[in-house]
Amino acid sequence: MTAPIETARPYSRAWLLSEEPASRHQAQLGRAYVIWRRFSGNRLAIAGLVIIVALILIAAMAPLIAPHSPVIGDLAGARLRPPLTEGYVLGTDGQGRDILSRLIVGSRITLAVVALVAIIAAPVGLIVGTVSGYAGGWVDAVLMRVTDIFLAFPKLVLALAFVAALGPGIENAIIAIALTSWPPYARIARAETMTFRRSDFIAAVKLMGASPVRIVLKHVMPLCLSSLIVRVTLDMAGIILTAAGLGFLGLGAQPPMPEWGAMIADGRRFILDQWWVAAMPGFAILIVSLGFNLLGDGLRDALDPKEGGQ
Amino acid sequence: MKGTETTSVRAGYRRARGIMVSVARFLVVLVTTFLGLLAVTFFIGRVVPIDPVLAIVGDRAPSSVVERIREEMGFNLPLWQQFLIYLKQAVTGDFGISVLTTHPVIEDIGRAFPATLELATVGTLIGAGIGIPFGVIAAVWRDSIVDQIVRIIGLFGYSVPIFWLGLLSLLVFYAQLKWAAYPGRLDIAYEYTFVPITGLYLVDAAWTGQWSIFWDAWRHILLPGALLGYFSLAYISRMTRSFMLNELNQEYIIAARAKGLSEARIIWFHALRNAAVPLVTVVALSYAGLLEGSVLTETVFSWPGLGLYITNSLQNADMNAVLGGTIVIGAVFIGINLFSDLLYKTLDPRTRN
Amino acid sequence: MKRLRLLMTCATVAFMSVLAPQAYAATPTDTLVEAFAIDDIISLDPQEAFELSTAEVTGNTYSLLVRLNVDDPSKLELDLAESWTVSDDGLTYTFKLKPDLKFASGNPITADDFVFSIERLVKLDKSPAFLFNQFGLNGDNVTDMVKAIDPLTISFTVDKPYASSFVLNVMSSAPASVVDKALVTEHALAVTPSDTYKWDTDFGNEWLKTNSAGSGPFNVITWKANEAVVLERNDNYYGEAPALKRVIYRHMKESAGQRLALENGDVDIARNLSPSDLDAVASKSDLAITARPKGTVYYISLNQKNPNLAKPEVIQAMKYLVDYDAIGATLIKGIGTIHQSFLPIGQLGAIEDNPYMLDVAKAKELLASAGLADGFSVTMDVRNTQPVTGIAENFQQTAAEAGITIEIIPGDGKQTLTKYRARQHDIYIGQWGSDYWDPNSNAETFVSNPDNADDASSKTLAWRNAWDPGAMTEETKAALLEMDADKRAAMYVELQKKSQEISPFVMIYQQTENGAYSTKVKGFKLGPSFDTNLLAPISKD
Repeated sequence: MTAPIETARPYSRAWLLSEEPASRHQAQLGRAYVIWRRFSGNRLAIAGLVIIVALILIAAMAPLIAPHSPVIGDLAGARLRPPLTEGYVLGTDGQGRDILSRLIVGSRITLAVVALVAIIAAPVGLIVGTVSGYAGGWVDAVLMRVTDIFLAFPKLVLALAFVAALGPGIENAIIAIALTSWPPYARIARAETMTFRRSDFIAAVKLMGASPVRIVLKHVMPLCLSSLIVRVTLDMAGIILTAAGLGFLGLGAQPPMPEWGAMIADGRRFILDQWWVAAMPGFAILIVSLGFNLLGDGLRDALDPKEGGQ
Repeated sequence: MKGTETTSVRAGYRRARGIMVSVARFLVVLVTTFLGLLAVTFFIGRVVPIDPVLAIVGDRAPSSVVERIREEMGFNLPLWQQFLIYLKQAVTGDFGISVLTTHPVIEDIGRAFPATLELATVGTLIGAGIGIPFGVIAAVWRDSIVDQIVRIIGLFGYSVPIFWLGLLSLLVFYAQLKWAAYPGRLDIAYEYTFVPITGLYLVDAAWTGQWSIFWDAWRHILLPGALLGYFSLAYISRMTRSFMLNELNQEYIIAARAKGLSEARIIWFHALRNAAVPLVTVVALSYAGLLEGSVLTETVFSWPGLGLYITNSLQNADMNAVLGGTIVIGAVFIGINLFSDLLYKTLDPRTRN
Repeated sequence: MKRLRLLMTCATVAFMSVLAPQAYAATPTDTLVEAFAIDDIISLDPQEAFELSTAEVTGNTYSLLVRLNVDDPSKLELDLAESWTVSDDGLTYTFKLKPDLKFASGNPITADDFVFSIERLVKLDKSPAFLFNQFGLNGDNVTDMVKAIDPLTISFTVDKPYASSFVLNVMSSAPASVVDKALVTEHALAVTPSDTYKWDTDFGNEWLKTNSAGSGPFNVITWKANEAVVLERNDNYYGEAPALKRVIYRHMKESAGQRLALENGDVDIARNLSPSDLDAVASKSDLAITARPKGTVYYISLNQKNPNLAKPEVIQAMKYLVDYDAIGATLIKGIGTIHQSFLPIGQLGAIEDNPYMLDVAKAKELLASAGLADGFSVTMDVRNTQPVTGIAENFQQTAAEAGITIEIIPGDGKQTLTKYRARQHDIYIGQWGSDYWDPNSNAETFVSNPDNADDASSKTLAWRNAWDPGAMTEETKAALLEMDADKRAAMYVELQKKSQEISPFVMIYQQTENGAYSTKVKGFKLGPSFDTNLLAPISKD
């Protein structure tokens, strides 16, 4: 008599880590669990996650937690107060507005910029890359030429010129940044696609009669996702910095919107005696960018431990 | 035997043709990319909602004067005609007259570009000079406290807004500590008596033996150069670390150790030399990145380079200057990028296909 | 590790060089360095340029027939002219020149030079030409109207009997600078006449853009756009020789940068300090500040093409929605004074009443009586410079309290100007500097609009806001021809009072120009206009 086969309880740790998953569902969850374990072992990555989650929460609850109005200031009474004055934890700016409240409400803008750029640029890059990698031939050549042209451009200078042409404003800044951000994603997607293009399971699906569109959509794209997500997350810090740079040059969000880069530009003339007006928004940008970088690093290490020489 | 002779000749032909094809391909890439840049800049230049004529005649001009100038400058021709003229001019280096300085744009760029070049060079020297050793140390003593410090420095370099750090460093090093010199390339006393040759003040001053001017120029370039250097350092040290880790995992390292070579020799003479190949491309890319990053730095430090020139011209609707500057930065950027791409492809056997 | 050690040594040496005692070169006592925002200069040709910074340069490098008295601008001084008379019918002015005066080049100053200067002003037909066009001069009649009777006598004919104070004030403005005819003609370029330009020479315009050909106490040595203007003493100057040998205007856009340079001794004078930097400088013992009200007024204007803004109650309400007191005490402290009339104080007939103050309740009442109790939305074009941006943001807040939602559209100077000149704005915040020290300059633009159509040729500020001032247009013209000074002043007082009531201009403040300087500098004074900021009397210890 053979001993009864031990079946693990569904969704338990053993079930997730099982070497022979019984269903696709179990395999996917199992893989996600493994990634999560790797991720959570990395303390810096967790720190990054905490920062980003905090950012999202703050942005969501901004109007509730901001102690003062971000746009109405007390010009006559409370102008340029230093941090830790009564009622103004981080001080006030040149219009008598509370800096902490502006930072809190400004987090919405930061999040919006990052999210919108990612939503615009990543799918565009993904589509261009996968189509290019899968189709090959002259389609590949043309698309890659276009991608290379955009890739070879100096991003900030081009975003600058775009925004100057379209007019200053946060929407135009987002478009300009997105226009210069998609090429790396296309490159990555194409590289991944080309690795898989000749593999067996794609051949199998082809034999089953799947159309190229279906192949690309259902089979190739999901494989590119993990590298793409890592790259997008890592890029987010750069996107924030570019948006802040545009705001600093006066080409991004317009007053009285409390965009962090514009706040630094605003505080620049007070830098000598009231340094906090320019310093505080910079710290906010620093922390958020750091968070995205740590998160991205952690995701990359978790999703593909071979990368980065770890 | 007869067969092999023919085969080797044919192989020779194939290889020659292969090389010509890659060169041709490279040129095609270069030309189309550059054309794309020109098209984009032209588009930008014509879509701008600033009236460039106003910049020439000023606020108070009566409308008859405005119309007359508009006609004289050719702004009333159809768009495609303007583009063809634009192409021809760009290729011959004629970017038009700067509305602001009344000099040809190419002349202004000729004056401003060396300043940016000098700054980016100093930045890259600092970045590579410090970044490579740091990266090596971090790789060798992986996960040690040194490694952590290097990674944190790098991480901050990726996360901090360069213009903000520039402002704060001006505040601390110039205003409070008075260590650094004020924004500009030279002290005012020297500024209008010094005659530049190449436009690279450090080189010019050293070449003509004017050492007091050399030190003055050095003191002025130090802060913005160090700032750019920090960003370069963050990138280079990270990549160096990554490449070195790759190398140190290879089998030949174990073989070398078994042979009894000293650790220092192994690291610096063997591993680093092999990592140097991709590292060179990284340094080139970093250099290109600094050329671009100088736009914000020059604004903070009033450094009269190409970045400041472009932002100033933007704010004055001097589109000739903006486009000329963008094309020059763009062309250099493209050139360095494609070149480093080419280098990487030729030197790395894995991507040769 | 050897390499590392080498690297560390190099780095240490590099940074040590910074810590070495400051052996930087201080500017010598015969050189003055001014930190000044000079990025508005587009040309140094006095008959082409019309920008404020250029006016300062030409004011020190050229001479005029008559000049404003720096301390009392209602008086005129004779510069190149020895005397002047006007005919009984008020149409012909005769100027006698002082004999034996020379240009910087050594050429003698004669009547021909003045005639040439006015001729090229009118024929080049650039921005400042209108100053003399308004006397009825144009390219075809200029050589008949302005003549040299003999080498030292000029005859100048105008088309109407204007107030002589008006004519002379225009004569004292920068575009009437006398250029060296011989020197300029040497550098003139031949031009093929076209439909738009009838003459066959450029009158030396190309050359004069970057050089000077005058007789003032200084000469222009270099102009590097957006960087610096360098002036050197004119040793052939006919008046008292200036103490300074060299003057460098160094372009610095940032107030903080200027202040640091001033405090560190890198510059001697800083001209564009912001209120907070002025405050900080005032407390330093080795620095001082001099101030002077300038003929520039700042205003918010309401485009009458917008139906909401065209309602008289709304216009009134807007004037009650500016927090004049707070703005005066903070945003413009030291760089301006609240002034609610379109004539700057110091000009003939200027009134000093400030009838409006912040009153949100009253504004709400007015809006309600116009049927706009719930407020309305509107845009505002703002140049992104201070203090204009700060004032706009503050106005946005106070207007919101009355239910008016203002969306600020920032732009750079040229961008907002393009829109403004095309009448495509809703609300505009801007400034106007008098072209010459006479009330007509501002009256003509604020309360006069001969033709309100879109294609009108005369684009006054009233026109830009699509406002028809009604009878005031004619009254402005009449005031121009009034010979009696007191009667003339009274007419302008009338115009200002009416304008305060009904015009769509919310006048806010008059600019005060500042110069912060090291106490080593002596004799530094600011004049009423930019071309009267004189360098000649300045010296350094």
